[in-house]
Amino acid sequence: MHIAEGMLPAPYAIAYWVGAGVFFAAGAKSLAKKSQEIPMMKQLTGVMTAGIFLVSLLPIPVPMTGTCSHPGGTPLGAILLGPAVSVLMSLIALLFQALFFSHGGLTTLGANTLTMGVFGGWAGWLLFWGLRRLKLNLFWSGFIAGFLGDLAIYIGTSTQLALAIHGTHPFSEVFKAILVVFIPTQWPIAILEGIFTGLVLKYIADHRPDILIMLRVLPASNEATHPRYDESSSTNLSERGKIG
Amino acid sequence: MKQRTWKWGLLILFLGVIVYLGVYSPAMPGADTHVSAVAEKYASQVGAGERPPLINTDKGDLLLFLFAVGGAIAGFWIGYVWRDLFGRTGK
Repeated sequence: MHIAEGMLPAPYAIAYWVGAGVFFAAGAKSLAKKSQEIPMMKQLTGVMTAGIFLVSLLPIPVPMTGTCSHPGGTPLGAILLGPAVSVLMSLIALLFQALFFSHGGLTTLGANTLTMGVFGGWAGWLLFWGLRRLKLNLFWSGFIAGFLGDLAIYIGTSTQLALAIHGTHPFSEVFKAILVVFIPTQWPIAILEGIFTGLVLKYIADHRPDILIMLRVLPASNEATHPRYDESSSTNLSERGKIG
Repeated sequence: MKQRTWKWGLLILFLGVIVYLGVYSPAMPGADTHVSAVAEKYASQVGAGERPPLINTDKGDLLLFLFAVGGAIAGFWIGYVWRDLFGRTGK
């Protein structure tokens, strides 16, 4: 989904940068607010950013098509830390990828941040909470959020590219031309991202439900039904981050 | 027992895929490469197109040097804010 350097005409690159900037500012504000309410919020954001940096750089081969692609990681990040913070994490991860790996680019960083953070993060977060309201269990909510959140990233990239470069061609023609290249490689990886998202959520819920309660992914009433796995380490987690 | 079988099965499958890819090393270009090729056709008509990175780090050992500098700065900074991050250790 990384749009290469120079691929966008300047007005579109600037517009996408402005859009990403607005979401980035909202993410920074959200992080500052949550850091006051949730212990270890900044540290968890750092770890999750490193995770998104890694998975969105990880080429996973798809033998059926003879190509490789990568997951997004932002649906899980948004579910755990909030959709606003996922934009912040995306921009930082993509900046390092552009600088050190020539993956994406600086002029296209705004566009790439919007696709990964907004399309992937917000879609994943909305789907997860929608499905949780429908009483779907944690794994399947996470699976569908991860699966469709991943695909949303690629639909976002196709939309942005088609809007910017369609020129005299119809938008739909360019959109379809780009999307049909993405989808055959991406849908198996989207399934993997769905499984990964669901399993991570289930694993944390089984072993450290206090973390999900602290991040408000699970309601506080779950603490009674899911006692802490390791009382001492849970206490340490809650206490850390407090100075002296 | 059933869970353990699943875990071992997944581990063996994962290692099998890694070994297969290592032995046969099939050339699989990224999907982004194919998309760029398609997008390039349209982008060139509106005066855009793939360009080399603005900051090109692919020069000798420059990237390695940058990683070393980045690691050093990050290490010093984490050390400086260690107590803010993790609180005091011990009693």
